[in-house]
Amino acid sequence: MEMETTISLLDIRPIIPELTLICVGLILILLDLIVKKKEIVAVVGIAGTLVALFGTYKLYGFYEPQVAFGGMFVLDGYANFFKLIFFLNIILTICISMKYMKIEKASFGEYYSLLMFSTTGMMIMASAADLIVLYLGLELMALSTYILVGLMRKKPRSNEAAIKYFFLGAFSSAFLLYGISLTYGLTGTTSLSGIAESLNALNIIGSPITYLGLIFMIVAFGFKIALVPFHMWAPDVYEGAPTSITAFMSVGPKAAGFAVLGRVLFDAFPAMQGQWASILIPMAVLTMAAGSIIALAQTNIKRMLAYSSIAHAGYMLLGIIAGTHEGLTSMVNYLMIYLFMNIGAFAIVIMLRREGFQGEDLEDYMGLSKSHPLASFLMLIFMFSLAGIPPTAGFIGKFYVFMEVINAGYVYLAIIAVVFSVISAFFYLRIVMYMYMKDPKQEVTLTTSPTMSIALAITAMMILIFGIFPSILLNLVRYSILG
Amino acid sequence: MEDIIYNQLGYSILSWTVFIPVIGAVFLLFIRSESAIRWTTLLFTILTLFVSFPLLGNFDKTTYKMQFVERSEWIPSWGINYFIGIDGISILFLFLTTILAILCVLVSWKSVEGKVREFHMAILTMEAGMLGVFVALDFFLFYIFWEAMLIPMFLLIGVWGGKNRVYAAIKFFLYTLIGSVLMLVGIVVLYFAGGKTLDILALANAQYPFTLQCWLFLAFFAAFAVKVPMFPVHTWLPDAHTEAPTAGSVILAGVLIKMGAYGFLRFSMPMFPDATQYFSGPIMVLSIIAIIYGALICFAQKDFKRLIAYSSVSHMGFVTLGLFALNTQGIEGGILQMINHGVITGAMFLMIGIIYERTHTRVIAEYGGFAKLVPWYAGFFLILTFASIGLPGTNGFIGEFLIIFAAFKAKMIFGVLAATGIILGAGYMLWLYQRIFFQDANPDYEASGHHPVRDLGFREVITLLPLFVFVFWIGLYPNAFLDYMHASVEHLLQQVNATAVAGNENVIAKYLTEIF
Repeated sequence: MEMETTISLLDIRPIIPELTLICVGLILILLDLIVKKKEIVAVVGIAGTLVALFGTYKLYGFYEPQVAFGGMFVLDGYANFFKLIFFLNIILTICISMKYMKIEKASFGEYYSLLMFSTTGMMIMASAADLIVLYLGLELMALSTYILVGLMRKKPRSNEAAIKYFFLGAFSSAFLLYGISLTYGLTGTTSLSGIAESLNALNIIGSPITYLGLIFMIVAFGFKIALVPFHMWAPDVYEGAPTSITAFMSVGPKAAGFAVLGRVLFDAFPAMQGQWASILIPMAVLTMAAGSIIALAQTNIKRMLAYSSIAHAGYMLLGIIAGTHEGLTSMVNYLMIYLFMNIGAFAIVIMLRREGFQGEDLEDYMGLSKSHPLASFLMLIFMFSLAGIPPTAGFIGKFYVFMEVINAGYVYLAIIAVVFSVISAFFYLRIVMYMYMKDPKQEVTLTTSPTMSIALAITAMMILIFGIFPSILLNLVRYSILG
Repeated sequence: MEDIIYNQLGYSILSWTVFIPVIGAVFLLFIRSESAIRWTTLLFTILTLFVSFPLLGNFDKTTYKMQFVERSEWIPSWGINYFIGIDGISILFLFLTTILAILCVLVSWKSVEGKVREFHMAILTMEAGMLGVFVALDFFLFYIFWEAMLIPMFLLIGVWGGKNRVYAAIKFFLYTLIGSVLMLVGIVVLYFAGGKTLDILALANAQYPFTLQCWLFLAFFAAFAVKVPMFPVHTWLPDAHTEAPTAGSVILAGVLIKMGAYGFLRFSMPMFPDATQYFSGPIMVLSIIAIIYGALICFAQKDFKRLIAYSSVSHMGFVTLGLFALNTQGIEGGILQMINHGVITGAMFLMIGIIYERTHTRVIAEYGGFAKLVPWYAGFFLILTFASIGLPGTNGFIGEFLIIFAAFKAKMIFGVLAATGIILGAGYMLWLYQRIFFQDANPDYEASGHHPVRDLGFREVITLLPLFVFVFWIGLYPNAFLDYMHASVEHLLQQVNATAVAGNENVIAKYLTEIF
């Protein structure tokens, strides 16, 4: 088989969104030197992202598979939908960070360009059809995120988080490389579809070495997604990182991890579905269990949301376990909904932060509804959505995943999942309870800004719209992934 | 589709009935003055009742078919429709809900002082949710309403409730949620078993293997039994009822707990006829336990409101006993008894709320001699007591009579035990009446004491009157209500009995050995 070695100009077209974002990131670094007000950098960042977003879908539509670099990079509906998630993630994150980073005295222009680079990494991951490209994207994302986590240089907590994240991240990268090299050694290719073909042709499906390569890769992705037992870093990092970065990380890298997990398992190892499902099932159960149960004991809201996001990863994993493209669709659908509810919840957490007041204890939420009825109501929507109570979107996300996992014959997994979702409902309810049913211990003033209001309005509206008219989202996600 | 009659009226009457309260709730956001909020809410609840009135006149009592049906695509990729309609079973609950909602607003006029807007928004969304549950003909739509209702109810108990409100609210929420999510799994399984549809009527017409029926029946039972609540899972009820504000207790007792029994009627029985027959015995036993155990516990209560709450456990035991006797009298009596219980216990909680506003205590021992202090109140309460006991002439008699009749028909011993429950009921209610209204008066509440107690005011009489009308209307001329349900109940029984195949016993035995 002759490989196309020359890269024609046409080949570059599918990566224009990534290139745009890289350019925006570089421009932001320059801009940071010229302008004093960091808000301008942020607004330019949002504008640049919007350009990339509109450019992507204007140029290519949503579901028109394109390949570049000799098939190493694909732009299909799956990648496109993930890119939409990443775009929304970065825009909402910038919206909620502007004032907050100032309060944290960490308002550097680099912050925004690092967000861009990290997002570019995620986009490359979503489009990767080759393990090398995948690794490239993963490292770009990870390295940028390590810095973002440690951005509050003067705070030991932030430093600790960054170092912890870095070491464990590097460790997981090693696992990934080991897995890649094992697979490459067996199949002689790093292309995902090539691996699937060779596994068949060489008749090594289920051989111990193939198995080992697969397991190593799952470990690495599991680390990014924060699946139990590779979740240990998550609470510490989520707590130590600037809250806006916590919001960013709880969605972006997690979604990117799911993107590659889905891509690798479905494209490279479709023949080993039984094997990888049997690895993922105990992981999903443990993830839901640990996330839901340990979250009960938390008194810091960032840690609580960290465990909650671990639990949510468990539900999403069910979509992959289902092993069908419908299941994959349900996982992607869940991610999109999770994006809105999680960033919305973190936005409220950020609003509580002000000069000289952390606002991270659950008790700080006591009686919030008395002084800030609107913010409390929004938080109520986010909490009920995270708990999966209709008519919020969180329910639609869970329903779709349960539907697919039951359709695939795993009724017991659905039962386990709903039981844990009831356990997790308790700690979401507790926030609502603190806000609405307790008397305030101290005066809490909220830090607001126009962009923050925009982010809150978008997230809350999307949760209600997708909850009541789920077809809007379902049609889009099904069209992108199922064609 | 043969089982439905599309909306006979020129406009979507059911949608308006369900969503007018939602419009009202949104409307309240823009009103500042507290009294304006109260009046607007009252107006919207009354409007809802008026909008639904044409349903009564145009309802065709001769058919079991779903009427006033509206159907439009909602989530086409899952085959889920916005599909609503009512039959002879749901129409009565619809009116029970709309009427009780008005009374809830009236009774909260003075007693709710903090967060008035939020309170009334919660009441209105609650009303919409309850109406939605009774009209939904698509399982997904049903589940959305069923669960969405939890949010305002959680807030009603937790924000405006009594001393232990937070505990009660969370207990209520988690109990109902765990039941509901198990049902959710059941719904999804049913979705695939019934040919990728959640159309309730289509699902009811399909046939399912016996083992599947049993599992699904149990999954649904988890949700409905918690809601009713049936004997082992009733413990949330006393807490929730006791701690909820008056309006919350009225909604809980009046409508919310009826939804469980309604679920049995609408889903479990027609969809899983074989499992229904199989499980009817054990469920009747649980019902009997609920009747007697609930009544006995009432004797031990020191708290006025808690006593009435436990009496609900006992009364709902009658309802499930009637339903699972699986004969015409039982089901009709069960439905009627649900309405009765909504009326009687609803009124009872209203009256407790009224007296609590004056005395600020619910401890029975602190009352006494109130017949002299508040003679009108005592009179009204006496009527309710008799209705609750089931004295002929009141509505309670009709419902309990039909149920006991059905129980005897099903099995002699059930009838005997249920009748014992009625005697116990008379015991605790009369004893309660004696302790509160007779005996020596508590000097605190004497006319010259610390807290002079007023008798019923005009607003309060207006609040109570509609329910007393129903007490006697149903009591003296039950056919006005039974007529609505005859055709539907008949059809339901056909569904339950038709598919029951002889020779199930073997399957059951095999099934049991599989499990244990």
